[in-house]
Amino acid sequence: MEQEKLRRLEEKCIQDCAPPCTAACPVHVDVRSLTGHIARGDFSAALKLLRKTLPFPTIIGSICDQPCRSHCNRSLAGGSIEIAALERACAFTADTPAPKILVLPARDKRVAIVGGGLGGLTAAFDLRKKGYAVTVFEAAGSLGGSIRKVGGERLTPECIEGELAVLEAIGVEVELHTKADVFNLPDFDAVFAAPGAAGGSQYLPVDPITYATAREGLFAGGSLLRDAYSPILSVADGRRAAISIDRYLQNVSLTASRAGEGSLQSCLYTNMGSVKPAIAPPRSPNGFTIQEAVQEADRCLQCECLECVKVCRYLEAFGSYPNKYIRETYNNLSIVMGVRQSNALINSCSLCGLCAEVCPKGLDMGSVMSDARRIMIGQKRMPPSAHDFALRDMLFANSDASALCIPAPGKDSCEYLFFPGCQLSASAPEHVEKTYALLRDTFSADVGLMLGCCGAPADWAGRDDLLKQVLDDFSVQHRRMGSPRLILACPSCSRVFRRYLPEVETVSLWEVLEKSGAAPVAAPAREHVLSIHDPCSARNDGRLHESVRIIVTNFGYTIKELPLSRQKTTCCSYGGLMWFANAKVAREVIDRRIRESGDDYLTYCSMCRDLFASQGKRCLHLLDLLFENDVSSSSSRACPGWSQRRENRVQLKRRILTKLTGEVMTDDACEHQQEFFIAADVQAVLEQRFILAEDIRQVIAQAEQTGRKLVNPETGSTLAYHKLGCVTYWVEYSSTPGGAFSINNAYSHRMEIIEGVKS
Amino acid sequence: MTLDSANKAPWHCAACGIPLEKAKVQIAYLGSAFPVDLLRCSRCGIVFIPEELALTRMAEAEKILEDK
Repeated sequence: MEQEKLRRLEEKCIQDCAPPCTAACPVHVDVRSLTGHIARGDFSAALKLLRKTLPFPTIIGSICDQPCRSHCNRSLAGGSIEIAALERACAFTADTPAPKILVLPARDKRVAIVGGGLGGLTAAFDLRKKGYAVTVFEAAGSLGGSIRKVGGERLTPECIEGELAVLEAIGVEVELHTKADVFNLPDFDAVFAAPGAAGGSQYLPVDPITYATAREGLFAGGSLLRDAYSPILSVADGRRAAISIDRYLQNVSLTASRAGEGSLQSCLYTNMGSVKPAIAPPRSPNGFTIQEAVQEADRCLQCECLECVKVCRYLEAFGSYPNKYIRETYNNLSIVMGVRQSNALINSCSLCGLCAEVCPKGLDMGSVMSDARRIMIGQKRMPPSAHDFALRDMLFANSDASALCIPAPGKDSCEYLFFPGCQLSASAPEHVEKTYALLRDTFSADVGLMLGCCGAPADWAGRDDLLKQVLDDFSVQHRRMGSPRLILACPSCSRVFRRYLPEVETVSLWEVLEKSGAAPVAAPAREHVLSIHDPCSARNDGRLHESVRIIVTNFGYTIKELPLSRQKTTCCSYGGLMWFANAKVAREVIDRRIRESGDDYLTYCSMCRDLFASQGKRCLHLLDLLFENDVSSSSSRACPGWSQRRENRVQLKRRILTKLTGEVMTDDACEHQQEFFIAADVQAVLEQRFILAEDIRQVIAQAEQTGRKLVNPETGSTLAYHKLGCVTYWVEYSSTPGGAFSINNAYSHRMEIIEGVKS
Repeated sequence: MTLDSANKAPWHCAACGIPLEKAKVQIAYLGSAFPVDLLRCSRCGIVFIPEELALTRMAEAEKILEDK
């Protein structure tokens, strides 16, 4: 990934943008953290934070004109946070001694500040901290200027003296009763003219960004630039001038990178949808008490976006948010030597696109992670185990054992080709047969059938080589059938064909069924409420969402929509092969989805159905409504295991060939196969370990043929291992009286055993 | 990598009819090889990798090597 693209993607995530209050504050006080500290009762931390931005927090807290407040999101739900009052409360409440201000080593430059109001004093404070020798000239007999007039009872002279004492402490020199001539201060290297409201316009023109004047080394700003007095803008003026003077004295650009100074428009989005109104607590005459302040600070919404993280368990599970994930991903792809710590982050995404739907900027982490996987494949850095099982399953679905492509019975080609998808054939093979029969009735028999996988797993894994192979093989068969229109039952197939073979005409099975008015074998006996889970690969297919809802309603069911449905539906955890790369998060994704409603779920993707069922959710596939007599018991049908899924595909092909072509598949290996039994508890372990019955068969066959096996003399059980592809499988088994084997356990590893064989 | 429980395993080599003995065996993944103390048939070289070793330390080592 190039730096440029990285930056563009990072910019799309706005979570790190300043909230509206901080952006609007001319000196960008971190109000969100401030209220956070106060809400926890930590006034010392709050004051420490304030001092980072404000030189005189008690003064500002007492008289700030708060341009931030009108931008506060709380204004929409009970009224803006009383920010200045909270600042004042923490200045008076915090039991912290005056901090020791760090002054940088002395520099050989002198700065004169003419005018001892807030602007001048802020500039004096900032410049002194940077190590410059600073002298403040004030015509009156005391510092502070306008603050003594606007402060009123809230700001006593003692309080002002206390706050300004910091200037003397850090070594700012003050000349009271001194009317300095800004044009005649030859002992100073730079001059900031901050004469306050009474200053007049003798220094204009002043550059509005740098406060530089036409005269070398003379800067001017403060209330003279405005009609009305604003304490916080005066502080901002002083800070802006101090930045310019520092740059001037260091002989660097005055104008570079200054866009971030002053009041800004926040680009942070905060969802106010679920915010309950709350009003500020009544304030005691002298300002908030401790309890009142804590209560008020607690009203702060702690504005943040996280729209995607809120709806995606995967994004939440890695503990951060897209801006950080994008950087981690980029770093991961750039590592030459070292540990790639973000492989799991990259491979766990379901690529479902929900983040892009809810993101105010449309950032799609799925496409970031999909690109990253392809880069890892190109770098030969993809962990071999990440997608291995799913890709082998895809190859099996397209192997002679289970793949099939036949024209309409009695013909050489067909007008329509039903492509049920590999997982429907694996989950409910009898529904494939029934649907195929129904389609032949609907379209006067001119419908062929193709069993196989569309290549989605290769697409998800970033394996463009395997995807191309699958699509090329498909295209050859498709042309052989006379380039028929595809009837698709699986939304993932639909997505792959539309994306990679746009020339192939496709139609969804559900649109066909809706138009043909197909009737269910049994109507619901009583009201049966179904919540529809739209598969994530159908996210952008509004027409399909409608067809499904029309069918379900016509069949006599009541629909209750889930909070996240249609375009904003969630993934079942199979998308992007999350299930294989991160089973833990995948289980959490399923768990979160199935808890959204107590009603039975209805979906039109067999993988969604099976995965929800695998964690105990009552869930139906749309074809269950069409073909099952007892829909209620169908909704608790178990999820077939990985071995059963393969077996279902194999048997489906056999049955169809026998029924439609009279051909009987022969399988020599089949006749000599050793029989074995797997108890349910052992089977559950094998499923979790992605160990197939076929793997076990091969290990036993190898062991029994060669005699290379271990025996336990105490129990009589046998242990054998055999490397199949990249994985070594271990099977522990026992003989049964009938001559078959009973499987006790199995496990696997990818490390290779280099045996020191002795002859 | 060593495993004490491996020493207590009751497995015998079926082909050679003798108990397995402790031996250093090389295991390798993605171009890296390590010696491991395993039980092995001193005659034919067949080894025993206990389930616990395969599922814990070997699996962890595989992950580390895959992420390297």
